[in-house]
Amino acid sequence: MLEFFRVMFGYQFMVRALAVGALVSLCAALLGVSLVLKRYSMIGDGLSHVGFGALAVATALGFAPMAVAIPVVVVTAFLLLRLSSRGRLKGDAAVAMISTGALALGVIVLSLSSGMTSDVNNYLFGSVLAMSEGDVRLSVILAAVVLSLFVLFYRKIFSVTFDETFARAIGEKAEAYNMLLALLTALTIVLGMRVMGAMLISSLIIFPALTAMRVFRSFRSVTLCAACVSLAGYLVGLCASFQLDTPAGASVVMVDILLFALFALVGRLRGRRA
Amino acid sequence: MALITCSDASFAYEGRVVLEGLNLEVVRGEYLCVVGENGSGKSTLIKGLLGLVQPVSGTVRYGDGLRRSQIGYLPQRAQLQSDFPASVWEVVTSGVRGASPFLTGSMRRVAEENMRLLGVEDIRRRSFMELSGGQQQRALLARALCATRSMLLLDEPVAGLDPLVTREMYDVIAMLNRKRGLTVVMISHDIAAALEYADRILHLSHDGVFLGTPQAYRRSALGAAFAGGAERA
Repeated sequence: MLEFFRVMFGYQFMVRALAVGALVSLCAALLGVSLVLKRYSMIGDGLSHVGFGALAVATALGFAPMAVAIPVVVVTAFLLLRLSSRGRLKGDAAVAMISTGALALGVIVLSLSSGMTSDVNNYLFGSVLAMSEGDVRLSVILAAVVLSLFVLFYRKIFSVTFDETFARAIGEKAEAYNMLLALLTALTIVLGMRVMGAMLISSLIIFPALTAMRVFRSFRSVTLCAACVSLAGYLVGLCASFQLDTPAGASVVMVDILLFALFALVGRLRGRRA
Repeated sequence: MALITCSDASFAYEGRVVLEGLNLEVVRGEYLCVVGENGSGKSTLIKGLLGLVQPVSGTVRYGDGLRRSQIGYLPQRAQLQSDFPASVWEVVTSGVRGASPFLTGSMRRVAEENMRLLGVEDIRRRSFMELSGGQQQRALLARALCATRSMLLLDEPVAGLDPLVTREMYDVIAMLNRKRGLTVVMISHDIAAALEYADRILHLSHDGVFLGTPQAYRRSALGAAFAGGAERA
């Protein structure tokens, strides 16, 4: 067992994948609770596709991928939020439109510029090899920002998530907190996309929250449990992918599915006893 | 001066004017019931009084020490998600205002005092969504009280409650009005209870508006038509 970890973390890229992935899992789980409860899950999914498009274009034009992807995804996040609150276009349809559009653009740009299918594959489904030293540093800083803002505004985030009308009635700036949530989500998604892949990153947002809700019944316990489930799922998934030689992102999602099933079973049994 | 003054205020919902030229003064300590058919603008009026929608013409002003964000609002229970993970404590404390990102000692005391007043202090750790309708309403009322010292705005507080719990709820609201001196504005479909408890009735309808005492309301054409059935029942 010890030998396994020694071999695994003998590779620099695995250490990076672990560090960045663990931070991203934590951020995604915390934000995920609010996003799922606000029925914003699809926004996370849409953002990751837009992130893919932005990364592809940045790579083709020779720009630093993160420097392009972060602002593009942040702007899209605000846009999606507006679209779903305005109600002109149906929110979920708007997300689907934008995300498939960005996906198509990304695929075309990639195929024109490199023509290599492995590139597309890495972007879509992630790769532990994708992280550079600079990515790690950026991830640590952004994760620290996301975590501290979340802790600082935890009370307000609960209030706005539970009952936005009441929160607005007592003078909370609900719109600002929704924007904050969208901003933090955008940052988290861009960070996690390289390891998890554009197609799979939103699982980090959705699974832990839903898993925790099978068993726990208060916002705080759900949030804490989601954070633990997310970390555990990522660590086990990463180890499994190293051992079985499977893609990291997909392996993490499989572990998340197993955890969800386990928690659903526990929730069932508890419910029956009560 | 009144707590809230609507002067010739018109409100629109989705671009259509649903309430036109309303003149209303909500005075300190009164118990005002708002009745009327569906679509007569009751919910829009609530949003207008809370300052969440602006009147398309006319004004809504706050006075007598009341500020816009100091109204304790009780939404319809049906507006809340039925599967939201939250404890009673979390729900009630979300009504406590304060600049601190974390609950301070004095903020906790405000929450505890209001939970005691509403009789929900023993279920503070329970899951909000697993409570009975009456317990949920008490918890939401405790939350509203945390946010106000002077005025409650209640949107159909007894909807979906059984008769016994409905009576309890009305008694709690009457107690808050009489003993605690809270001004109450209540949207209701329960015309019989409105006539029994309220100091004044505001009836919104497409054909006009009635504002006056329950006695005057019974004698009015609008009241006779609307309350007649309830009176006989």
